[in-house]
Amino acid sequence: MMSVTDNYLPVAMLTFVGVAFVFIALFLSRVVRPSAPSDVKTEIYECGEVTIGDTKFHHNLQYYMYAIAFLIFDVEMAFMYPWAVHFKNLGFIAFVEMFIFIGILVIGLIYLVKKEALKWAQ
Amino acid sequence: MIFENIYDIIAFILSSAGILQRMQSYSDALGIPIAPKLIIILVESALLLVGVALMVMFLTWMERKVLGHAQARLGPMITWYHGLLQPIVDGVKLLSKEDLMPRRADKWLFFIAPMIAFVPALLVFIPIPFGCCGAIISDLPMGILYVMAVSAISPIGILIGGWASDNKYSLLGALRAAAQDLSYEIPMVLTIIGIVLITGSLSLQEIVEFQDKIWFVFLQPLGFIIFLVAAIAEMSRIPFDLHESESEFVAGFFTEYSGMKFAFFFLAEYAHLFGIAAIMTTLYFGGWHGPMIPMIPPIITSIVWFTLKVLVIIFFTMWLRATVPRVRVDQILDIGWKVMLPLALFNVFITGLLVAGGVL
Repeated sequence: MMSVTDNYLPVAMLTFVGVAFVFIALFLSRVVRPSAPSDVKTEIYECGEVTIGDTKFHHNLQYYMYAIAFLIFDVEMAFMYPWAVHFKNLGFIAFVEMFIFIGILVIGLIYLVKKEALKWAQ
Repeated sequence: MIFENIYDIIAFILSSAGILQRMQSYSDALGIPIAPKLIIILVESALLLVGVALMVMFLTWMERKVLGHAQARLGPMITWYHGLLQPIVDGVKLLSKEDLMPRRADKWLFFIAPMIAFVPALLVFIPIPFGCCGAIISDLPMGILYVMAVSAISPIGILIGGWASDNKYSLLGALRAAAQDLSYEIPMVLTIIGIVLITGSLSLQEIVEFQDKIWFVFLQPLGFIIFLVAAIAEMSRIPFDLHESESEFVAGFFTEYSGMKFAFFFLAEYAHLFGIAAIMTTLYFGGWHGPMIPMIPPIITSIVWFTLKVLVIIFFTMWLRATVPRVRVDQILDIGWKVMLPLALFNVFITGLLVAGGVL
């Protein structure tokens, strides 16, 4: 049996190696590549048109509804994983309990759909 | 000799050559007894990075070849045998390209976005068993939950990249891509609960060993279809490739990226493709299981089987790319929330009922 540190040490090391790889590659390309920025080159590209108005604009709030719905179901899934791991020991009563919980969330999902909260604004 | 993971294999090779003992005595003398361990982990991390990079290079070549032949062209032919060296030529080209940044871009965010997209795509590979007899970096007890958690970091890099570019198209593309990733993560993680219900374990190694007799595709057919669709969305492949959406937003969130920073988004995308195909192989196609050939060590045969299965899945996604058109953004989200999510819950319900009834 390996300890927690032994298990997760590769995760930390690979994060380090990955970040180091990015830095090395960017450094290498800095040595090799040309660098001659100009006003035209640093303009943004919007299909060849000159951009109109401010680029830091307000985006519609519809996107938030997806984020909130995602959060609800994500937390639900976090509850379901321990339940799933121990399901065989818990027996049928755990199954009923979990699906009462999921049933409440499904009612919430139906409500969201009926209210058209999960509709991408055109 | 039984190995638990690649660490054990490297340690065994080093100690049989006598290097490990010498390293240990040096580091003891210096007062840092953990040094040999860190060096071995560094070596295996570097090996994984090289392996993933090679696979990604092969995949970019394969994508061009498959698309080429699907469209009755030949694809790359000039660089060596059937253009096999094309990825290297591409790499050199990207390395020597000028790295432009829009005038009003957020410099730091613009710089770290490719890193945030790229590093999690690598971290996914840690708990995946590539073969039997210890061809695994680390058999995390959290296994599949860790994979899902880490792969959920990539959309943050996409959002940061879209925001930092100071381009309306990039921002809109990034928002759509993130909305898609959010929407399809839920059905994906929910279908995996079906498998966890049957195995009672989150460790990917144990999930693979459970599929000794029968693969999970046959035990979880509905779950597999949901996972496949969600996986294509998460891999951002056509028909669900809002990440790029080149017909609407030039190139989505990486419109303004060029040179090596673009290369890292590109690498991240293909590493993600490889990662999710590897997870799908592990969960539904029996991982490294396959008929073992005598005379060849099982570790090599099992790695070959694993790679073949992964390549078949990736070939399928490329075939799909050549065949179907892109789905619109509101349609993608509708499918995710109104079809996939209820189906995934239904799959958990059925599986739970069968497991509680003692059928599975």
